[in-house]
Amino acid sequence: MSSTSSDTYNYMMAPEAEPEINKDNYLNDGWRLQDWLLSLDHKRIGILYLISITVFFALGGAYAALIRLELITPGGDLLSPDAYNRAFTMHGVLMVFFFLIPSIPAVFGNFVLPLMIGAKDVAFPKLNLASWYMYMIGGTLTLVAMVTGGVDTGWTFYTPYSTAYSNTFVAAVAVGIFVNGFSSIFTGINFMVTIHRMRAPGLTWFRLPLFIWAMYATSLIMILGTPVLAITLLLVGAERLLGLGIFDPALGGDPILFQHLFWFYSHPAVYIMILPSLGVVSELVATFSRKRVFGYAFVAFASVAIAVIGFVVWGHHMFVSSQSAYAGMVFSFLTMFVAVPSAVKVFNWMATMFKGSIEYSTPMFYALGFIGLFVIGGLTGLMLGTMGLDIHLHDTYFVVAHFHYIMVGGALFGYLGAMHYWWPKMFGRMYPDGLSHMSALVIFLGFNLTFFPQFILGYLGMPRRYHVYPDEFQILHVMSSAGASVLAVGYMIPLVYFTWSLVAGRAAGRNPWRAVGLEWLLPSPPPTHNFHEIPTVDWEANEYRELPEVEPAPMPLRSVPGQA
Amino acid sequence: MEFMGFPLFDFPIFPESASTLAGDVDAIYFFALAVSAVSSLLIAIILFGFFAVYKRKKKSEIGTPTAEPLALEIGWSLIPLVVTMVMFFWGAWVFLKAVNVPEDAIAYSATGKQWMWKFQHPTGQREINHLHVPLGEKIKLTMTSEDVIHSFFVPAFRVKQDVLPGRYTTVWFEATKTGTYHLFCTEYCGAEHARMIGSVVVMAPEDYQEWLDQMSQTMPPAMIGEQLFDQLACNSCHFDMDRGRGPALGGIAGERVELADGRTLDRDDDYLRMSILRPSEHLVDGYQRIMPTYQGQISETSLLQLIAYIKSLPAADDALIADDESEEPEDEDTTTDVVHNAAQLALETVAVTVGE
Repeated sequence: MSSTSSDTYNYMMAPEAEPEINKDNYLNDGWRLQDWLLSLDHKRIGILYLISITVFFALGGAYAALIRLELITPGGDLLSPDAYNRAFTMHGVLMVFFFLIPSIPAVFGNFVLPLMIGAKDVAFPKLNLASWYMYMIGGTLTLVAMVTGGVDTGWTFYTPYSTAYSNTFVAAVAVGIFVNGFSSIFTGINFMVTIHRMRAPGLTWFRLPLFIWAMYATSLIMILGTPVLAITLLLVGAERLLGLGIFDPALGGDPILFQHLFWFYSHPAVYIMILPSLGVVSELVATFSRKRVFGYAFVAFASVAIAVIGFVVWGHHMFVSSQSAYAGMVFSFLTMFVAVPSAVKVFNWMATMFKGSIEYSTPMFYALGFIGLFVIGGLTGLMLGTMGLDIHLHDTYFVVAHFHYIMVGGALFGYLGAMHYWWPKMFGRMYPDGLSHMSALVIFLGFNLTFFPQFILGYLGMPRRYHVYPDEFQILHVMSSAGASVLAVGYMIPLVYFTWSLVAGRAAGRNPWRAVGLEWLLPSPPPTHNFHEIPTVDWEANEYRELPEVEPAPMPLRSVPGQA
Repeated sequence: MEFMGFPLFDFPIFPESASTLAGDVDAIYFFALAVSAVSSLLIAIILFGFFAVYKRKKKSEIGTPTAEPLALEIGWSLIPLVVTMVMFFWGAWVFLKAVNVPEDAIAYSATGKQWMWKFQHPTGQREINHLHVPLGEKIKLTMTSEDVIHSFFVPAFRVKQDVLPGRYTTVWFEATKTGTYHLFCTEYCGAEHARMIGSVVVMAPEDYQEWLDQMSQTMPPAMIGEQLFDQLACNSCHFDMDRGRGPALGGIAGERVELADGRTLDRDDDYLRMSILRPSEHLVDGYQRIMPTYQGQISETSLLQLIAYIKSLPAADDALIADDESEEPEDEDTTTDVVHNAAQLALETVAVTVGE
């Protein structure tokens, strides 16, 4: 049967009178343990990641709770100094390496990237499964090290403390992170090759959804940056276990070398965390304004620009480390350029909403929250990149507040937005509107109450990683801890309604948001092999044509245009 | 206003400003705050405005395509570029001001270790975790660490500098207000990092002098350094004018030197430190590899004192007895005396400077 591509577009956008849950889906394709643990289906691997990442997020959150409880009072009355130092280290290690870095790429990248470009899977399905195993092995090693003794160096592992002075399980955790790094590299390689080689006919580079552009930029950083982290951790291990003098001045090493190597990865890693969210927000803003993203090419190249510039700004973490003032000036200068593509994205999203048709939906609320918090996180980042101001702000709570605005307000809001956007596609069911709107609001308020006071604390001079502090800082710390408890409640609510939705949510149908994109062509949840026949794309990204009011005659799956 | 015993709205939002640098840092902060507040507010107003005005009215409604003029994209790329360039140049200017130590700063020293700060005044008094300084004087701290990286941070002065093992870093400030200010370690350094705190006490110059006087009398670092110089027998090779087996040390501090391997280096504090600990790494052109290594043999405090002594030595030309070119170089006693006399003179100069 021949079909024109316009039929594909019309079918994608057609409303369904009675949405159904597709029974012939990837979830029903075997429920034995090996059907999941050895599955090569990108969607199942995405679900494996979703579950494991949620567990690591909960653990990281538990450590955050300990930190905020301790800091309610100025004295060290809940945790011993050692216990507190382990708590913030584990909070950082778990959240950064085992939640934020894999979050959107590993869950939603895996699940929707092949669907969005009209592919039946990623380019290397076995490598994809291997990446999850690397993640689990690395995560398990880290958890074992954590339970048997913990580590107290901070997630930054600064030398010579980490190599010569810490009596904790530094090497074990370093191995855990080292192994986990391969999970990032595998995912990056997979996505890059998939995007290059497996796009549907007609899906040119400039018709790609902006989420795909963001995934591409993220993969670039994962592939180029992660090996440097691996090398750095190996050197830390070599110095710690074999006594090779690399970083410790007592052995003839240079502790500042470690900071250069560490931040060469870890600054770009921040963009691994935020770029996917920028991509998600582009999708959300366009879909829920029913309008093509304003300045598509600018938004797309802004992602790539952020990824590339991100590699040459690492020294802004080291202005007061004894780095030469002139090196610092170069890094500060380059840092300022990150502001341009970031601001371009925000302005283009706003221009997209202009004359749009804005739907008040949960994913859109997360996008709105994201933009606000990302703006604050970005502007405070500029303050930190300004050398004269960073002298005072470096290593204070101002930094803590800034990166939580980017990583929680940014990355996590993007993750939750993606979750609420693609959930109906992943499981075929909707979640309750009222409750999800409320939880978005609770998370937004809780987040700001937790972290805004920390900006003030930071300028007052409250240093990071202190379990005791002078009395005058207490009220702001109490506010922050109160906010953290609101935030915790906010996180619980989605856990409840998503679980409820799995069994009792109403059927979502193919395209509940009437979004433009190949994933919305498929029934929900999608069948194991995604597309029976690869569709041809003849529309631009998020291109809205007139929407049909009336439900066309129902078509059985086999006769879907573009699906044979 | 109180709520369940907690005073509401009664908390600090801005730190005290007590140094000449504080105003410069705060000025950038206020500029950045104003830019941030204005742009965040504008963005919020526009976003909520669009949410209200363009709310979807019927189910099948779609957005109205809008023109995408290139000028708009260029325009809103330039706005952040201009703002950030202002912040960059302003920030770099303040930073250079903060790191370039004025010539006339008085030299103090600080050593960090897990988990305390040790300070020494130019007149020899020592303190732990507290540093007393005179108001209105430029104070320069030469800092090093005995173990891990620490960081010297005084919020009221808006100064911060990491303190590293194995090398010297410096920080300077000029206090503008008497009082006691927090001193924090801001580089995580292990279990009791949060207790590596102390205070900087700024006193009126006459009160400071009184405080110095009532501290137990100790010798200035340079004078202790001179004794060390004798004890370690440095003076058997290093004496006035380049006639010894080692280079003469008078007036070399801060000067450039050519090394045996062809490099040219500034003889700064780090150079002097390395030349004592691992002499053959920076061998001066024309000398033999004969000096023993002092790595592990000499404490950080003694190193600082030795360096203070070396820096106090005047250049050969300035030494009172230096015109005696015809003196037999073999006559060790005489040459040592020359060094000693020069050192004595230098110390007197130091004492006079500090006394002011």
